[in-house]
Amino acid sequence: MDVEDIEIQLFVRAMQLRHGYDFSDYAPASLKRRVQQLVRTHDTGTISELNRRVLHEAGFQSRVIEGLSVPVSEMFRDPAVFRALRDKVFPVLASYPEINIWQAGCAHGQEVYSLAILLEEAGLYERSRIYATDFNDAALAVAAEGIYATREARDWSRNYMEAGGSHSLSDYYSARYDFIKLDQRLRRNVTFFNHNLVTDDVFCEAHLILCRNVLIYFSNTLQDRTLGLFRQSLVRGGFLCLGTRENIDFSPSASEFTDVDHALRIYQVGGAGARQLNK
Amino acid sequence: MIPHKAIVIGCSAGGLNALQVLLPLLDPRLAVPVVICCHTGSADVSLLVELLARHATLPVVEANERAPVDPGVIHVAPSGYHLLVEENFHFSLSVDARVAYARPSIDVLFETAADAWREHLVAVLMTGANSDGAHGLAAVRRAGGFAIVQDPRSAEADVMPLAGLSIAGADACLELSAIASLLNELCLP
Repeated sequence: MDVEDIEIQLFVRAMQLRHGYDFSDYAPASLKRRVQQLVRTHDTGTISELNRRVLHEAGFQSRVIEGLSVPVSEMFRDPAVFRALRDKVFPVLASYPEINIWQAGCAHGQEVYSLAILLEEAGLYERSRIYATDFNDAALAVAAEGIYATREARDWSRNYMEAGGSHSLSDYYSARYDFIKLDQRLRRNVTFFNHNLVTDDVFCEAHLILCRNVLIYFSNTLQDRTLGLFRQSLVRGGFLCLGTRENIDFSPSASEFTDVDHALRIYQVGGAGARQLNK
Repeated sequence: MIPHKAIVIGCSAGGLNALQVLLPLLDPRLAVPVVICCHTGSADVSLLVELLARHATLPVVEANERAPVDPGVIHVAPSGYHLLVEENFHFSLSVDARVAYARPSIDVLFETAADAWREHLVAVLMTGANSDGAHGLAAVRRAGGFAIVQDPRSAEADVMPLAGLSIAGADACLELSAIASLLNELCLP
């Protein structure tokens, strides 16, 4: 076994024993890259030196967590997904007097605001509650602020139009110099809080769960456990939306989900017909 | 001689044309996986998969998250995601930051493939207008794998092969048809 692989195992143990974060069931290849990135960011030279700081330096773990949960997203990423949510999922949600939505792994919150806008335009937002969770407190703070760099936001207006938005995205933010700030009224039914998919449990009865490009970092075992958690959290007929390239064919828990739109990875608990297995 | 068990290919500008020359020349009896990272700039890689499948001698598919890296199949990295090879020879994806302005990044594919296959890997870096892949190629060589760079003089865009040669060097530097012959020679049982 090479030295670096041993160091990574020690890193995982240190985070677990010292700080209670369990990365042991993360997909190894991307975890390794992120740990190597941490070494560069904090200029520690070796992973062993990084481990020393994890063990001995007060507060260092939160900077490690920030580095291990690299939040990259955009508003209305994969517009077709948001269009399908609006056209296929919202009409069902409209039949509930109260709508609970869980955005799991919300990172910097771009999708939370996207969803709030779509719900607003569909006339459903007043009776919706969005639980936006992440295990990275720094990311949650950014999400709650809703401030993004203008250069990041370049494509968002086009995404919004392609997603079937009925206004102009600029109606929902104010632009200042190099930043845009989302209208804080969009936050009125959003609750941001810390939840770790690896270790925390069910906390709500949801009608829709969005968790896009989070499970791709998990091993099959942890993916299956998390899909089980989603299954338990969803009402019968509730919806699950994953990233468009995610594969749940290896998860026993996935057998309870049926396809609403396979290409866009929108599933339903129960629902008509068995899920088409793709190879 | 070390048996070669997998081929990874990276390309960018001019990559579609280069792949359309290279893939039809691969021996259909090749029983190793071929994994391609080609920057397309398109949001959907299915068009590239379709174009390559027309003339390739082996089946061409989009690499499927969590699925095994099947031998005798050409796997193409999906758009917008890094494609990684796990040490158990299954694919995984990430949406981590772009590497060398690219996602999928050739460096990410080559480095993880080098960890998985080590000296049994053959990596090919071809035409492209940026330097993605050069560090990945260096990782392949450090792990004992075989590095092939397209002769920059024969490449539609020479920045990528030149960067590969200057940062990693190569075990062979050839034009496309010679690359295909060498791959067949290295990887046929």
